[in-house]
Amino acid sequence: MQAPSAVLPPLDMRGAAQITVAGVAVVIDCAGALYWPDERVLAVADLHLEKGSSFAARGVLLPPYDTAATLARLALVIARYAPRAVIALGDSFHDGHGPVRIAAADRAALVALQRGRDWIWIAGNHDPDPVSAIGGNFVAALAIGALAFRHEPSGEAGEIAGHLHPMARVSGRGRCITRRCFASDGARLVMPAFGAFAGGLNVRERAFADVFGTLGFVAYMLGEGRIYALAAGRCLAD
Amino acid sequence: MNVLDKTALLPEPFLRWFASRGWAPRAHQLELLAKARASRCVLLIAPTGAGKTLAGFLPSLVELSAPVRAPNSSRPGASASPAGETHPLPLDTEHRSRQSALLGARRLISTGRSLRREGGLHTLYISPLKALAVDIARNLERPVAEMGLPIRIETRTGDTPASKRQRQRRDPPHILLTTPEQLALILASPDAPYLFGSLKRVVLDELHALVTSKRGDLLSLALARLFTLAPDLGSVGLSATVAEPDDLRRFLVPQQSGTALADLVVAQGGAPPDVTMLDTAERLPWAGHSAHHALGEIYRLIQRHKTTLVFVNTRSQAESVFQELWRLNEDALAIALHHGSLDVAQRRKVETAMAQGSLRAVVATSSLDLGVDWGDVDLVLNVGAPKGASRLLQRIGRANHRMEEPSKGVLVPANRFEVLECTAALGAIADEAQDTLSSRTGSLDVLAQHLLGSACGEPFLAEELYAEVKSAAPYAGLARADFDAVLDFVATGGYALKAYERFAKIRQGKDGRWRVSHPVIAQRYRMNVGTIVEADMLKVRLVRSRASKMIPRGGRILGEVEEYFIEMLVPGDTFVFAGEILKYETLVEDEVYVSRATAEDPKVPAYEGGKFPLSTYLADRVRKIISHREEWRRLPDQIREWLEIQESRSLLPGPRELLVETFPRANKQYLVCYPFEGRLAHQTLGMLLTRRLERARLRPLGFVANEYALAVWGLGDVAQKVERRELSLAALFDEDMLGDDLEAWLAESALMKRTFRVCAIIAGLIERRFPGKEKSRREVTISTDLVYDVLRRHQPGHILLRAARADAAAGLLDIRRLGDMLSRIRGRIIHQALDHVSPLAVPVMLEIGRESVYGEASEVVLAEAEAQLVKEAME
Repeated sequence: MQAPSAVLPPLDMRGAAQITVAGVAVVIDCAGALYWPDERVLAVADLHLEKGSSFAARGVLLPPYDTAATLARLALVIARYAPRAVIALGDSFHDGHGPVRIAAADRAALVALQRGRDWIWIAGNHDPDPVSAIGGNFVAALAIGALAFRHEPSGEAGEIAGHLHPMARVSGRGRCITRRCFASDGARLVMPAFGAFAGGLNVRERAFADVFGTLGFVAYMLGEGRIYALAAGRCLAD
Repeated sequence: MNVLDKTALLPEPFLRWFASRGWAPRAHQLELLAKARASRCVLLIAPTGAGKTLAGFLPSLVELSAPVRAPNSSRPGASASPAGETHPLPLDTEHRSRQSALLGARRLISTGRSLRREGGLHTLYISPLKALAVDIARNLERPVAEMGLPIRIETRTGDTPASKRQRQRRDPPHILLTTPEQLALILASPDAPYLFGSLKRVVLDELHALVTSKRGDLLSLALARLFTLAPDLGSVGLSATVAEPDDLRRFLVPQQSGTALADLVVAQGGAPPDVTMLDTAERLPWAGHSAHHALGEIYRLIQRHKTTLVFVNTRSQAESVFQELWRLNEDALAIALHHGSLDVAQRRKVETAMAQGSLRAVVATSSLDLGVDWGDVDLVLNVGAPKGASRLLQRIGRANHRMEEPSKGVLVPANRFEVLECTAALGAIADEAQDTLSSRTGSLDVLAQHLLGSACGEPFLAEELYAEVKSAAPYAGLARADFDAVLDFVATGGYALKAYERFAKIRQGKDGRWRVSHPVIAQRYRMNVGTIVEADMLKVRLVRSRASKMIPRGGRILGEVEEYFIEMLVPGDTFVFAGEILKYETLVEDEVYVSRATAEDPKVPAYEGGKFPLSTYLADRVRKIISHREEWRRLPDQIREWLEIQESRSLLPGPRELLVETFPRANKQYLVCYPFEGRLAHQTLGMLLTRRLERARLRPLGFVANEYALAVWGLGDVAQKVERRELSLAALFDEDMLGDDLEAWLAESALMKRTFRVCAIIAGLIERRFPGKEKSRREVTISTDLVYDVLRRHQPGHILLRAARADAAAGLLDIRRLGDMLSRIRGRIIHQALDHVSPLAVPVMLEIGRESVYGEASEVVLAEAEAQLVKEAME
C-alpha cells in the first residue's frame, strides 16, 4: 500500500472503509462512491439522472426531483474528497434524451461540479452515445494503472464496474434489512448504483456469480455513516 | 300502516309464493317495500338470517313485475313513471305479453342528449365479495323462476368474459349484481350515462363492512355519480347491527349543505345468541395465540355437533389449528381449511362441500366472515381474541341461519388476556352493545383514482365534479383547494416543480372540460382500478425436493403468500401452508417453490397480528373488568387468582388510569405499561418512547408490544431517575410525542413506507399492471421507498404524502387511537417500582422471546423462559 499524496491533508475516513482491489488501495464511501487517493480519482456508477422524467414521458408521473437529489449527494462526496477527476461509470442518464430534458438548475449544478476537474462519462447501456451540452469527455472504458473502469463487468481482474446495482439482504431479530452495497473479491469490484431512483439486484443473483465465479466475495453494505462488510454467502437471497 | 295493510303492497303472485313456502312476509320487508315505493332511500339493519337480502330486492321485483308504461318524459332516466304510481297487477293474466315486452323488442328512445333504452337496467346490487354477488344471484333466481317473473338477473365480476360484458352494455339485464370495482369500471366509460339513465334502485349489501375502508370511499364516489346519472335513483343499504347507524344513513343519500339521512328500518332481533366461553380443564397459557391447550376440547365439541365453523384471526393460526385438529382426528372427521391465501379452486371445493353438508368442521379466517350461506352450521367456535363485539356477533350469527333459533357460539381464548377480552365480549353481547364504527374522511388517493376514471368517461367540468364529489358522505367536507390539488396530481403529478405539463395524463379542452390525453391512459386506468392493494403476493408451487442443483419444474399451485413472509425464510426452512408442512426450496420469478417436508414440527412463523385491533369499546370493558372486583366472579378461577396476585404484588389500574411498572431483570431495566389500545398503537408508542428514553440517556435496547401492553427494556434505570426527579413519567408520556418525535420517526419507518406504497398505487402514481406487459413486476416498477425518500425531502406537503399520513394515523400506526389514549391518561399515570416482574407483565414479557427465536429448539427455550418468569412473578 502506498502512502497518500503528501500535499493533501490526511483523508477523513469516517463513513468510509479502505480496501484493496487488484493490489490498489481504494476508499469506499457509505454514500456509494469509490475514491482512489493515489490518483485522486472519484468514481460513481449508475446515476440514472432524469429517470423520473423518463417515466413521466411514459405516463408514470414520478417526482421530478431525482436528478437534483442525486447531484446534491454527489456534490457532498466531491466536496469531501476534492477529486482531480470524476468518472461516471455509465448509465449516467436513464435514457438518451435525459441530457435534453434536464432542468436548467440541475444542468447548472452539474456544470459547477465539473468545474476545475476532469469529468469522464463512460458509456452505459442506457446512454451509449456521447451527447453535447453536458460537458465532460465520453469514453467507452478507461484504464488507469492496474484498474480498468467500465460499465458492464466482464469478470476481468482489476475491473471497477457498475451496471448490476448490487444490494444485499440480511436478517436478524425477525426483520430483514436490504441495502445497496459494493461487491468485491479483492481482484475486481462492482459498485452500487448512485442514483436516487436506481433500484437494486440481490448479490445472490446469478449475475454476480458470473462476475466473481463463486460466492466468495464480500458485500460492503452501505450503512448510516459506516460500511458493513458481509460475506456474500451469509446474505439472504430474494 | 300495520303489517296487514302493508301486505296489500305485495302483488298476488308474491303473496302466493310466500304462502307456498310456508312463510309470511316479515314486518321489515314490508316496511322497506313501502318506503322504497315512496322513492325513499333506506337503510335496513337486520341480524343474519332475517331475510335481509330478499327485503332489499323485494321492491325491485315488485316494480319489475308490473307492466311497462310508455315513456312520458324526455329527461334521461326519468321517462318511466315512478314505480310507486304503477299499480302492480296480478301476473298470470298478462304474463306472456309483458314478458315479450320486456325481453323481446326493446325500443330505443331518443332523450335529446343520447339514446336510452326502454326498460333497461333497473336495479344495481353491490356486494363487497364477488362470491357473494354470484351467490345472491343464484338465490334470487329461484323466487323469480317460481313466481314466473319476467326479470333478467345477471352478475358482472372480474371473472365475467369480455364478450358478456360487451353484451351487458348493449343489452343490460334488469338487475345487475356486481362489486364496487366493477361499478367504477363501468362508470369510467362514455356510455355510462346511457346505461345508468334508467336506473331506479341501487342495493348496497354488507354496507357496514364496506364503509370503513377505502373501498367504501370508492363506492361513495360511484354512488354520487349514479345519483347524477339517474335522477330517479333510490338507494337501499343492508347492514348488520351497528351502534351508530347515522354514518351509514348519510352514506346512502347525496349530501347537500347540512346532513341528509336515509330512512331507517330496523328488523326485529331474532332469538338472542347462546354464547359461552370454553370452560377449559387445562391450564390457561400466559401468551401465544395457538390455543393448543384447548384443541382436545375443541375436537370433542366438533364430534358432538353436526357442522362446526372454527373461526380464527390469522392465516397462521388457521394453519396451526387445522394441523393440530388432524393430529387428534381419530375418527377421521371431514375437517377442512379455508383462508384467503389458498388457491381459489381449493376454496371453492371447500365451500361447495360445506353447502352440501358433507363437512363436519371448517377452520376459517375472515375469508368466511361475510354473508355467503353455508348451510346447516350448528356451532361456531371463535378461537383467540374476539377483537370486537359486533364482529363476534356476525361470526356467531353464521350458526343456525334461522332467526327463530338461537345461534350457538363458544369462545376459546388462547391466553389469559384473551380470557378478559372474551369476558368483556360476553358482557357486551348480554347488554346488546355494539362497537362504534369510526366514521371516515374520504381518502385523497381514492379521489385521485376516481377523477382519472371520470376523465375516462364523459369529459367533466371541475366545478360540477367537485359539487358531485362533495355530495358523497365521506367527502362532504372536502375543501376546493384539496380537490384542485388532487386534480393537479392526476394531470401532471402535482409537483411544485412544473416539469410535466407536456406529459399530462388528463387535459382541459377548449370547452373547459377535462378528458384523458390519450386512449392508452384510459386503458391503463381500467387495468389498475380498485383500492385493495395486497402485500406483494407470491404463488406457492409444490415441487419435488431437489437432490441436485437443478431447479425443479412443474407442480401444482397451492396458493399465495406475502412476499415479506418469504423474505424471512432461508432455503430449507419449513413452514405450514395449505394444511401441510412445506420446505422452502427456491424463488423463481414470482413463484415460491416448495416441497413436502418430512419434519414433524415446522419452524413456526412469527405471529402475524390480525388486521383488526382490539376495538375501543371492548378495550373499555376489559379495563372495567380489571378495575372492578365484583366483575371478577365471572372469570375462571385461574384468571381471578392471577389478578389477585397482581393486586398484592403491584396494583390494578382504574379504568382511566395508565399503570406503568418498572423492574430490573437479568441486568436490564424494564418498563411495562398497559394501555389496552391494540398492538398497532402500542408499537407506535414503543417507537416513540424509545426515542425519548434515548434522549434521556436511558439507553433503551428494544421493545415489544401486544394487544394489551407494551414492554421497553434498556440499560438505564428509569425508576431511579423518576425517584430522583430527573425524569417525569408525565413528560415521557406527554402527547407532544406526536409532534416532532413522530415526524422524525416517520421519516424512516418501514410501516410508513408500506402505507405510502398503497397510496401511490391507489392514486395511480405507480401501476400494478401494464397493458401488454406481463413481465415480472420487478422489471417495470420502481421502488416506492425511493420515491418516498425523494418526495419527502423535496415536497413534504405533496398530496400523496398527506394521504399516506392520514392513512397511517388511522391504519398501521393507529396514531389517532394513541393520541386519544395519551390525552385520557394525562395526570393519571401510576408508577409502580417493583423488584421483579409482575404477574400482569408476564404475557408481554413472553412475547420478547417469540419475536426473534426460531428453530427446532424454540419451543423448549420458550417453555423454559416461561417457567422462569412465572416462578419469579408468582412466588
